[in-house]
Amino acid sequence: MDIPKDRFYTKTHEWALPEGDTVLVGITDYAQDALGDVVYVELPEVGRVVEKGEAVAVVESVKTASDIYAPVAGEIVEVNLALEKTPELVNQDPYGEGWIFRLKPRDMGDLDELLDAGGYQEVLESEA
Amino acid sequence: MKKTPLYEAHLRLGARMVDFAGYLLPLQYTSIVEEHLAVRRAVGVFDVSHMGEFLVRGKEALAFLQWATANDAGKLKVGRAQYSMLPNERGGVVDDIYLYRLGEEEYLMVVNAANIAKDLAHLQALAKGFRVELEDASERTALLALQGPKAASLLQGLTDLDLSQKRKNDVFPARVAGRPARLARTGYTGEDGFELFLAPEDAEPVFLALVEAGAKPAGLGARDSLRLEAGFPLYGHELTEETNPLCTPWAWVVKKEKAFLGKEAMLAQACRERLVGLVLEGGIPREGYRVLSGGRPVGRVTSGGYSPLLQRGIALAYVEEGAEGPFQVEVRGRAVPAALSPLPFVPLK
Repeated sequence: MDIPKDRFYTKTHEWALPEGDTVLVGITDYAQDALGDVVYVELPEVGRVVEKGEAVAVVESVKTASDIYAPVAGEIVEVNLALEKTPELVNQDPYGEGWIFRLKPRDMGDLDELLDAGGYQEVLESEA
Repeated sequence: MKKTPLYEAHLRLGARMVDFAGYLLPLQYTSIVEEHLAVRRAVGVFDVSHMGEFLVRGKEALAFLQWATANDAGKLKVGRAQYSMLPNERGGVVDDIYLYRLGEEEYLMVVNAANIAKDLAHLQALAKGFRVELEDASERTALLALQGPKAASLLQGLTDLDLSQKRKNDVFPARVAGRPARLARTGYTGEDGFELFLAPEDAEPVFLALVEAGAKPAGLGARDSLRLEAGFPLYGHELTEETNPLCTPWAWVVKKEKAFLGKEAMLAQACRERLVGLVLEGGIPREGYRVLSGGRPVGRVTSGGYSPLLQRGIALAYVEEGAEGPFQVEVRGRAVPAALSPLPFVPLK
């Protein structure tokens, strides 16, 4: 499974990529593979203020629905509207075009509490 | 956990395996949507060896089946098959089945895997009053389903028998890829296709020959999305021990002019709910979700999922008799508009 080293991870299989004073959030390659064909993504409202660990979006595959959690507290500032027409981007490019929402963290320092690529790799190995 | 004769072949093809009714079966090989579309547009092959097969033989085989099943088995000529149901004495459904007449006094009944033990006990009890022999051949029968508009042309390349002479619901012996098989022009996808009954040792070579000839291996995920799109019931969802089949779109199966177990109870019940097809504006409906109308719950989803052809969430749902739309389905607290759809959800041949 591909785990880019340029970003942070959660135990619940989200990634968070810092960009200026915001972070882009999506689900990992492992998560998209486990879900299978993604056929619908329920996006959050822009402007919504969320706490760390709050269910923010829902990714639905043919077989199941899966909550996507905010990796840190903050405000939703942008959502990936391309997923409304092409939810399969989550499968095709989970770390790029398949991003789900952009969050402005209350404190960028909160990102330090997340896992790095090595830590996430250990999570996957413990689940295997 | 039981394995089918194709277990190793599934692993070699990269299948993701799941437990279904006590069997390890492929959920998908590459992608449920890809496998679904391959069956709608070309041809796919499923391992459905988990299905149960009972042989019914004897002088009173027909009399027994007329009592035990709701459709008119008397209409079946040798070499023909019909969809049917096993009613219970309360007018509900023990299982939905496919019945094949193999000979003058020999029938094959295909039942749902999850119901094999229950059906067998039920039928054995009913058989006591008849001169009939009932055999559970499930363990010694492998079953493949080759489905899709290109199924016949693909299969024709692997058998000497002229398949163009065979109609829907025909059942006949043939050799496929050099192996003895019983073929039926039946299936559970809404497409043309064949089901291949095989000895366990012949299952893998025939399966691999079909794949080699161009059939896409398809798993249980696509099997479920295809049957849902085709508007077919799944036992345990649309049909249960409590379901009166006369209150469903499959009431045509029940032949009221003949006697059968539970007929009086079935006829005596008024229908309190009806089954509808729903297409959602957004989101994917799942089993158990509530159906709303005028702000109040009027029903529940029994099967829900994604239609790759419509690219929408679709559902089979029971709603109160008399409930008028417009309907919504409650998806995570949101009332999502859901349009009534005829069944099947998509045009099928």
